[in-house]
Amino acid sequence: MSKKDLGLLILILVVGTVVAIINPRFLLPINLANTSNLIGLFGILSIGQAFVIITGGIELSVGSLVALLGTLFIDFIAVREMDWPLAFVLIIALGGIIGLVHGWLITRLKLQPFVVTLCGLLIYRGVARFYTADGTAGFAFGQNFPELEFLAAGRSWGVPNSFIALIIIAIVMWVVLHRSVFGRYLYAIGKNEEAAKYSGIRTGRIVMAAYVICGVLTALSAIYFAMYTRSISPASHGQFYELYAIAAAVLGGFSLRGGEGSLIGVILGTVLLQELQNLVNLLGIPSSLNFAVMGGVILIGVLVDQQWGVFRARRLMLEATRKGAAGAAAE
Amino acid sequence: MAQRLLSGMMNYSDTSIVASAPFLSLEGVRKTYPGVVALDGFSMEVRAGEVIGLVGENGAGKSTLMKILGGVTRPDTGTITVDGLAHDGLTVEASIGSGIAFVHQELNLFENLDVAANIFFGREPLRAGPLKLVDRAKLRTQVAPLLKRVGANFSADTPVAALSLAQQQMVEIAKALSIKARLVILDEPTSSLPIAETDKLLDVITALKAEGISVIFISHRLHEVERVADRVVVLRDGMLAGTLSKSAINHDQMVKLMIGRMLKEREKAAESARAPGSVALSANGVRTSAYPDRPVDLDVRHGEILGLAGLVGSGRTELARVLFGIDESFGGSLLLDGKELVLGSAADAVASGIFLVPEDRKLTGILLDLSIAQNISLPNLSAHARRSLVSASAEAATAEKQKSNLGIRAPSVATRTGTLSGGNQQKVVLAKWLAMNPKVMILDEPTRGIDIGAKAEIYGLMRALADAGVAVLMISSDMEEVIGVSDRIAVMHEGQISGILDREHFSQENVLLLAVGKRPK
Repeated sequence: MSKKDLGLLILILVVGTVVAIINPRFLLPINLANTSNLIGLFGILSIGQAFVIITGGIELSVGSLVALLGTLFIDFIAVREMDWPLAFVLIIALGGIIGLVHGWLITRLKLQPFVVTLCGLLIYRGVARFYTADGTAGFAFGQNFPELEFLAAGRSWGVPNSFIALIIIAIVMWVVLHRSVFGRYLYAIGKNEEAAKYSGIRTGRIVMAAYVICGVLTALSAIYFAMYTRSISPASHGQFYELYAIAAAVLGGFSLRGGEGSLIGVILGTVLLQELQNLVNLLGIPSSLNFAVMGGVILIGVLVDQQWGVFRARRLMLEATRKGAAGAAAE
Repeated sequence: MAQRLLSGMMNYSDTSIVASAPFLSLEGVRKTYPGVVALDGFSMEVRAGEVIGLVGENGAGKSTLMKILGGVTRPDTGTITVDGLAHDGLTVEASIGSGIAFVHQELNLFENLDVAANIFFGREPLRAGPLKLVDRAKLRTQVAPLLKRVGANFSADTPVAALSLAQQQMVEIAKALSIKARLVILDEPTSSLPIAETDKLLDVITALKAEGISVIFISHRLHEVERVADRVVVLRDGMLAGTLSKSAINHDQMVKLMIGRMLKEREKAAESARAPGSVALSANGVRTSAYPDRPVDLDVRHGEILGLAGLVGSGRTELARVLFGIDESFGGSLLLDGKELVLGSAADAVASGIFLVPEDRKLTGILLDLSIAQNISLPNLSAHARRSLVSASAEAATAEKQKSNLGIRAPSVATRTGTLSGGNQQKVVLAKWLAMNPKVMILDEPTRGIDIGAKAEIYGLMRALADAGVAVLMISSDMEEVIGVSDRIAVMHEGQISGILDREHFSQENVLLLAVGKRPK
């Protein structure tokens, strides 16, 4: 765990303590379970985003994808009466294919990630609304999927299964990002894509793979969100979720320029964001201020981090100058 | 009060010209960087209306000297006297304020703006009124005489992007004149110019001199220095190697002062060369992005160092990029050890044992934020991994071996490469390829910006590679280096190989003649 992550963890604990003192309901099992369920859902989404951000890219279409893929998933199992495992596989594959298309447009046709995924944001939202004729996708009365519901929205030992899923995914992705050859390539490309290319790395393929990972994890979280809300109105479902994911990554120490950030960081970022949401509810802050609180905290967090970086750089430089001067005097 | 002070200063500077006291003098200037003494007790002076040729090898301390004169860095010790005022070190403001102007190798122009806007950028004459609109008519009348003084054949409203390189340099010089510069420093202005354009620029220097403006002309092209300089100052290893007065300026004298002892070491290195082996990499009719209509044929043999000389912009770097698979070739074919080779990316080249040490170390050679070990393992990471999980100990082992082999000076292999000196960074670039099995090693300006000690080590490494049967292709603009290190020299001119010289025909003159597209003697 890096110093940055540790700082974030301490912040989470401090905020949690303060909230718990003001409103002890924060620590009620039902509140903790609800919050950790949301952490699970948004965490999976944010890990996907993190893989794209580490390459210096951005994925703006995830909110719309959560709406489109969620709508399709419910439609597949509720209306078309497909077996849910088949629908699950189809949705995950669709997420991967969409990621592949984004990656292909970005690496092969050299379009900017912002532009490609912004178009995706508009397109998928529009398609989702068209697909349901601007109606609501949901289950009919009495439709039950016991195994699916248990996996998606159930609890084991009191812990939401979505949160357990996040932990498993986080461990796997931690290994991928921080220990695997692929992860090292991602960092190298994020730091300096040209130099990575000159070291013989097939940068296009690696970046494409990052978008595929993002697409797959987005699809997975889309299914979780669908099973959580159980009914989807595509006009608003998942709106701004891309910004939650980006915010979690930025809070977790990712640089939008790429090449920086850790998996623990993005998880902690998600935790802090959900904690803040919870805080707004529990402390009786008008929920209309929700976004303002989050925005404020992110701004302060990034500011402190950046100023700390400047301070450290200045100290290093001072030391170097002092050493240089001492060396010159000695000669 | 301020008014009086100002007029007093102006009077003073007027008399200084009459008395022909030096406009600028440096005394005992010393500047060290961690691990390197860049300037060591350097002294020189520049008189009004004098053209000083400043020559020295890469790494001799020229750029440090420029930084000190520009006020970007302060010397550790020494005095800089400008116009009679002594300073311990200049600030950027003081440098500009005392009339020192720079024309850099890389031009600082806004290509999307026109000539007039560039010359008066940030100082545009304004119309009266609260809107602060630019007075375009006044701007034009102010620019016209400046352009005339530099002998420009273009108008003030031409967009800079439409100008040739020499014309752009004239704009820079006009800009210097517009701030009433009294010393114009030209940093390798001709290095990327074709010959005809160079003549124009040298005429401008003569015109500046006639106006009483001093010029410091930095160039690697010694015959140009010979033509315009009143005095030549030679830097070597951060020290003044000598000063040549007008009558004593000649090519051989300058080279002798610049090279000193280095020449002998290099000759010795080259003598140990053995007979070259079979053709390793062969380019047949390859065409590059720089000159898509000119096919290039070139063979590099096992066991030889083939120098690739030519002017900047002759297409050498582009050729290297094609041979390394970064750029596509427009037609033609490559053969590696007689077998057809198709390169879709640098990854393909690396897989076939063709490695490139690129020209721009910091942008493309290494990742400054990664450690030495991580940089070295990067191209061959799967060999340092088990089940695609990276093994830090395997990485460290490879890096330690290369560190001691190449003498990379760093606290440990976990050190960030961004903190290393240029020479050590270059060794890291070399190390990552040496840790694999090179068949063909392409080095693009391998010693640019590296101090002399590290240079000699890199020459030694290249020779050791060649002795081990590797085909080495070295692109270099440093004439002494090309002649001293190579077994054969291929010269490029406007996208084509204009000739290949064998050892017995090596001479600066021959290389230069081929570089400008003429026949060698």
